[in-house]
Amino acid sequence: MAVFPSTAGAQQAERRLRNSGRGDGRSPAGGAGAGAKGGRRSQRAAYLFIAPIALGFLVFYIWPLLETFWFSFTSFGAFGGNSWVGGENYERVVRDVTVGRALGNTVLYMVMGLMTLPVAIVLAELMNRRGLRGVPVYRALYFMPFVTLPAAVGLVWNWLYNGDFGMVNEALSWIGVDGRYWVSDPSTAVYAIGIVMIWSHIGYYLIIFTAGVKAIPRDYYEAAEIDGAGPLRRFFRITLPLLSPSIFFASVICVINSLQQFDLIFVMMSPENPALGETQSIVTLFFKWAFDENSQGAAAALAFLLMLLIAALTYLQFRFQKRWVHYA
Amino acid sequence: MRRRTLLAGALAATPVAAGAATGCSAGGASARTSGGRTTISYGMWDQLQVAGMEKIIKAFEAEHPKISVSIQVTPFTSYWTTLKTAMRGGSAPDVFWMNAVNLQLYASEGVLEPLDPFIERDGFDMGVHPEELLRMYTYERTRYAMPKDFDTIGLWYNKELFDKAGIKYPDESWTWDTVRDAAAELTDPRAGVHGIAAEMSRQYTYYNSIAQAGGYVIRDGRSGFGDPRTIDGLRFWTDLIDRGHSPSQSAMTDTRGRQLYLSEKVAMNYDLSAMASQMYAEPAIKDHGAVAVLPKGRERGTTIHGLANAISGKSPNTEAAWEFVRFLGSRKAAEIQAREGVTISSYEGTQDAWVKSMPEFDLKVFTDMLDYAVPYPASKYTTVWENLQPQLLGGPFTGKGGIEDASRTLGRQMDLALEQEK
Repeated sequence: MAVFPSTAGAQQAERRLRNSGRGDGRSPAGGAGAGAKGGRRSQRAAYLFIAPIALGFLVFYIWPLLETFWFSFTSFGAFGGNSWVGGENYERVVRDVTVGRALGNTVLYMVMGLMTLPVAIVLAELMNRRGLRGVPVYRALYFMPFVTLPAAVGLVWNWLYNGDFGMVNEALSWIGVDGRYWVSDPSTAVYAIGIVMIWSHIGYYLIIFTAGVKAIPRDYYEAAEIDGAGPLRRFFRITLPLLSPSIFFASVICVINSLQQFDLIFVMMSPENPALGETQSIVTLFFKWAFDENSQGAAAALAFLLMLLIAALTYLQFRFQKRWVHYA
Repeated sequence: MRRRTLLAGALAATPVAAGAATGCSAGGASARTSGGRTTISYGMWDQLQVAGMEKIIKAFEAEHPKISVSIQVTPFTSYWTTLKTAMRGGSAPDVFWMNAVNLQLYASEGVLEPLDPFIERDGFDMGVHPEELLRMYTYERTRYAMPKDFDTIGLWYNKELFDKAGIKYPDESWTWDTVRDAAAELTDPRAGVHGIAAEMSRQYTYYNSIAQAGGYVIRDGRSGFGDPRTIDGLRFWTDLIDRGHSPSQSAMTDTRGRQLYLSEKVAMNYDLSAMASQMYAEPAIKDHGAVAVLPKGRERGTTIHGLANAISGKSPNTEAAWEFVRFLGSRKAAEIQAREGVTISSYEGTQDAWVKSMPEFDLKVFTDMLDYAVPYPASKYTTVWENLQPQLLGGPFTGKGGIEDASRTLGRQMDLALEQEK
């Protein structure tokens, strides 16, 4: 990142600096002043370039964030209009037993989400094998679930999981295992959803890791091979350490993503599902409070606390990256 | 991550687009009256009823050449959130479908036009609609919506499965005991057939049995789930699951009781009158499906619920809207609706057309049950305590037992929720 700005823009500025110094015959000191002016101009261009994204960020992220914070201290009328209630909403969030359960489930989703990474790393390594044919086909196959709408994914998996005529139970019956009602049994539902979550996200991380693996110079492997390192040793001593920046990036994204788990749960769990309480995440609970039960204030408090949790976890991840991330 | 942002963007864009669309078709007050013609919008959620509604609208427009009506259909799953948002933004339809669950909330917040002044001025006779329905749509002695149709629950059964087991068909003499005995006889694990579907459903199953046991769901702002009689009404169902005469709730989450009945995997199923046309469309069920009144517990009871048409308090065309609502509440509209065979019209004496529309089924049982029908229970924030029910009753309904404790806990939590309403 740090290398980038010094290339085109800075070179141009430097050239201009030299030109202007020569052009008006001033001393080098005067030239430096003119250069600063040119720098300011190029800075202006830089701000212009980041303006669209910065504006979007302000309007769509920062403003809603502040608004949510404000809403979390108010109570809403059913049809608009809100009144200040102080910390009442936060009190509800702390007291309500369903919040604790939803938090536990959310952490479970995060742990299951993180299990996507090792799978994707191994797949990326396998797909990088020399002489493997049909790599684009595999890549497309793994990526397909990720670009499919979560609603469609959820619906299809509900059919696969169906206890009476689902394909999962059918396949299990071939090996003599008696299936169950995966998504409506309180003891399995959360894992059933977790599996779908992993399945539909592998493709995304696979792309990141494939790029990472490809960036590792082949020479390292060749040198290691000559020194007699086997494939496992090469994987652990070369691939993993050099892939660690990608792994770090992926794990940050993955934690944020899985803490916000919503769509699959929403689609796969019908309101009558007896396993609903065991699968509810913070965001589905937020949805229920805000849109079913008309307590937008408490929902805003819940959303704000979730944001703090995500911010804290992301901070910790950045804090501890020094210990294991190697930037080559 | 990137997909999420894209999705969020798409979601954020939809209401804007939808708002723009409605803004064009039915938008601001000034755009509504053009060339002396008033256009009012009509919000509903059931796609199946659009054809019938269009016929009614045609008849209405013929009588009122200065008013035209445009239908806005929103699927039920998003109907209430959309309506609420539209209410805030001022783009709600002039006339829209209302249900018992939401009436008190909408009425108490003052977003519905009270109908009483119009009813009195025009001398409209509301007595043509069932009393329970009128009570459902009255809040603090003011009427807020015009009943449109109603639903009661009946005992649907499969004659072929009854014949196979050698059991007499259900009739008025049936009690809970008869149901239990029959369910035991009809259950055939080898054929994968259960006697009955004890699905965890408010309207279809346990609200009915609670009434039949002499219990109640809500009375004077207090929950009835701690009441021993209410618990009896719930136990009727969980017993059937515990004994294996019904699939467990886990199984019926994957495949609903109605589907099991339609695919002849259960012999008996409690279901809505409005489902008759769907059953009628299934050849096997049309041939040997049938319906009877609900069996008696300690007393008789069935849940009655019906939709009604309400006028938005923010509508700039209240007069035209009332003309339309009045027409919807008239015999003429009811007759068209009944002939379409989708639902039972609430207008007295027009039900015959619906009853006769499916001669193979004895649909008269649904209107016979009006005498002891119990209104669908509701309070201001009905959804809040309704959401507690599946969470707490789910365990017992999957055959884990403990319905007494679950029901009492539900009662306590529901009371807390009701406390919050005040």
